[in-house]
Amino acid sequence: MSEERQPFTDEDLVVLATDVVARARQLGADEADAYLLSGIESSVSVRRGEVERLIEAGSRSVSIRVIREKRTAVCNTSDFTPRALDALVQSAVELAKISEPDEFAGLPAKEDLASDYGAGLGLFDESIESLTVDEMKDVVLRAERAAFDFDARVTNSEGAEFAAERGQLVLANSLGFAGTFPYTAASFAVSVIADDADGKKRNDSWFSAERRLHRLESPEEVGRRAAARAVRKLGAVKVRTREAPVVWDPLMAARLARMVAAAASGEAMFKRATFLFGLEGEQVGSPLCTIIDDATLPGRLASRPFDGEGVTTRRHAVIDGGRFGAFLFDSYYGRRTGRRTTGSAARTGDSIGIGYGNLVWQPGATPAKEIIGGVPDGLYLTDLMGHSVNSVTGDLSLGAAGVWIEHGELTYPVTEINVSGNLKQMLRDVDAVGDDLLWMAGSAAPTVRVERMTVSGL
Amino acid sequence: MADVGQQSEAYFRERYGIDQAAAAALLGVAMSRGGDRAELFFEHREGSNITFEQQAVKSASRSITQGVGIRVLQGEAIGYAFTEDLSRGAMRRAADTAARIASRGDSVPPVDVLHYESASHYEPAASTVGVPAAEKVELIRRADAAARRFDPCIARVDVNFIDELKHVMIVTSDGRIAGDVQPLVRFNVSCLSEREGNRQTARWGGGGRMGMAYFDSHTPEALAEEAARQSVVLQSAIDAPAGAFPVVLAAGDSGILLHEAIGHGLEADFNRKKTSNYTDQVGNVVASELCTVVDDGTVRDSRGSINIDDEGNLPGYNVLIEDGVLRGYIQDTLSTRHFAVAPTGNGRRQSFKHYPMPRMTNTYMLAGESAPEDIIRSVDRGIYCVAFNGGQVNISNGDFVFSVTEGYMIEGGRVSAPIRNVNLIGNGPDVLRKVTAVGSDFKLSDGRWTCGKDGQSVPVGVGVPTTLISGMTVGGTAIG
Repeated sequence: MSEERQPFTDEDLVVLATDVVARARQLGADEADAYLLSGIESSVSVRRGEVERLIEAGSRSVSIRVIREKRTAVCNTSDFTPRALDALVQSAVELAKISEPDEFAGLPAKEDLASDYGAGLGLFDESIESLTVDEMKDVVLRAERAAFDFDARVTNSEGAEFAAERGQLVLANSLGFAGTFPYTAASFAVSVIADDADGKKRNDSWFSAERRLHRLESPEEVGRRAAARAVRKLGAVKVRTREAPVVWDPLMAARLARMVAAAASGEAMFKRATFLFGLEGEQVGSPLCTIIDDATLPGRLASRPFDGEGVTTRRHAVIDGGRFGAFLFDSYYGRRTGRRTTGSAARTGDSIGIGYGNLVWQPGATPAKEIIGGVPDGLYLTDLMGHSVNSVTGDLSLGAAGVWIEHGELTYPVTEINVSGNLKQMLRDVDAVGDDLLWMAGSAAPTVRVERMTVSGL
Repeated sequence: MADVGQQSEAYFRERYGIDQAAAAALLGVAMSRGGDRAELFFEHREGSNITFEQQAVKSASRSITQGVGIRVLQGEAIGYAFTEDLSRGAMRRAADTAARIASRGDSVPPVDVLHYESASHYEPAASTVGVPAAEKVELIRRADAAARRFDPCIARVDVNFIDELKHVMIVTSDGRIAGDVQPLVRFNVSCLSEREGNRQTARWGGGGRMGMAYFDSHTPEALAEEAARQSVVLQSAIDAPAGAFPVVLAAGDSGILLHEAIGHGLEADFNRKKTSNYTDQVGNVVASELCTVVDDGTVRDSRGSINIDDEGNLPGYNVLIEDGVLRGYIQDTLSTRHFAVAPTGNGRRQSFKHYPMPRMTNTYMLAGESAPEDIIRSVDRGIYCVAFNGGQVNISNGDFVFSVTEGYMIEGGRVSAPIRNVNLIGNGPDVLRKVTAVGSDFKLSDGRWTCGKDGQSVPVGVGVPTTLISGMTVGGTAIG
């Protein structure tokens, strides 16, 4: 059995990443970068007042990209011994030989790389680092208790979980870049069940997730919201098939924003696989639609000083008053399409793709009550199920649940129905945007109304 | 000949010096505060991925991870810790962390661990992981050429070759040491067709716990032509109808419906916690008498098969529903203790970083007696579903969806126009009672399905014969 090693310090990790890059250069790579994550995570789950699960672990990985004669390979490992790291670099250099030379392969331009490593972004909170199991347990016990206390019809719990994480991210490349920052995250969620008269179970959940502990919602508030959402579903029915206005609650509107942002990927543009293809600068939606991708917001969950390639992050108006702003690029698809990286590289162990940071559907001026009040017969949407969103055509067809609106009032809950439409048309059909911006993790949105969609049911 | 478990034991012994004595000592640490049971899950995974775009290999990647996950059970509570560092000190620390769940305080004496034999439902030696990349690229190029040849409107072809080889070793405090060597290969083709500005994509692929021999029975050309065909079909697709219609599921991948409609709800953790709509239903009629549904981890070479589950139990052929009657749940260790039943071999996890849960393997419905063409002929106006890209279920109330990527209208008993991507929604118990015909043509999916639960992904298989559901809500846009 191998001997115990000392844990790595943050400085060690930077040295390790830079060494990996230097070794790749020695072995013949023209360019290389190393992306390293090292962290500790712990979680406490409770159910019906009892601890169900305690998890604690350290986790780490380093991923290296090498470019040799314009051929790219990516390798990653969780073994940080010198021997394993050397083998990693060697296999990456070897693997690059099977790729075709690609004139667009390469690191970002030096001038696009970040010089600020995010000290001002507020991504780290030492009070999360020092959380104890008992403190985490207390939060989730209180949240679950509040859910049960909210309404006697809450009869069961799927559990409540608190998770805390502290990590260090390092990115080093052969252009001399070596950026690093520490981060923390804390979140908790509670999920409960209410029993319906016909024996059906109605469940729902609520959560809070932040980079700083003091920004988490109170356990009681999260518990009550989970319970209120579950109880609201009691007695849910199917409705007759029809065309109807659909009011998206802020959580669902944030999901709508993510569907639109996914279609703004520069890779999808290059592949002509997006309904936004060829529409840059065009009016694609109602003037009420403004969707911002912004990884520079202090303290937010999807904020970061630089992207997965070290490029400075920035704010992008994906949709601005209904006009489609621009596609999002990493350095490869930026070059390949004659554009430039937008600092949107999303990196995992063995891939570099395009992603977004915090996604914000900008609020409007209308109170949600008025938005609902303007609907004679329609759906207040609180849940979506499934994967049937086609970014190429914009066609969307998803399972849904919510509350039916009659004469401007929320009436009875509905379930086992489906909403369908086309994202292109839906953006044009947005006819009201609320003033009730709600932040949940790395997304924010207000209530949004789409004038007309197909609601399938009976 | 040594079974696959002994191969895996030798692997961890030779690479990391973890022998039976070392494992037993580590279990001792895990049980030092008095848990009911502890288990160690060692894993070494090597994976590779070749991405091919625009007729060129865009990038190649390779990944190696290893580690141990340590779980201690006390009652229905678990303590879990993992480490990627397989040094003695790091593993002892993890074992001690996992032990914290236990509060009895009385140390449980160490046990001897004895080899427990695994099954043999696939050939570990067949893995594609060690195959030279050039051979894989050759298959990819054949697929690319076949898709482009298929139709002039095929404007883009992307291909992925993804494979992995996992060594796992499970050591339990009831004295068992077992292991598996799990190959897995998957070949994906994505085609974009374009006619007069109308762009449509389709994906197809397959694989299994096999080596390069997979491609003898499933040529890259056939897989590529299927993706191309689907993307061309979509060019002439019409808007799907909205509302309740009879639905005919084609044999094979339609098994995703069973997976969502009933499979998840029968996972014993939800039933132990009484959060599933199938809670306390064993022995009751929960489906049409035409339905016999099994979960079978023993299917030869299938993506969902295993030689030992991730808690050290043998996989099985488990009848979940027999002629419409619920016979039992999909179990893991925690739930078999709760229900006092025998293990079903369904304790699975994504990796050493994850605790095991009851998970499906290959879940399918047995063939019935109707001729598939008669089933279609019996429908006046409905939907015929052929290909899918996934589904989702709400365990508590059984509402589920699945999205159809290739579907057709049935009009006057004949398959007619293709319909655009559409979601189908139903309620598990309700839909299974509405199964009114089951075909004689059973087919298992070609390995391309991955099941997600609580953030953990595991490979699975699905399957059904041609099946008629008398009414389901079709989420189209065309009313009337």
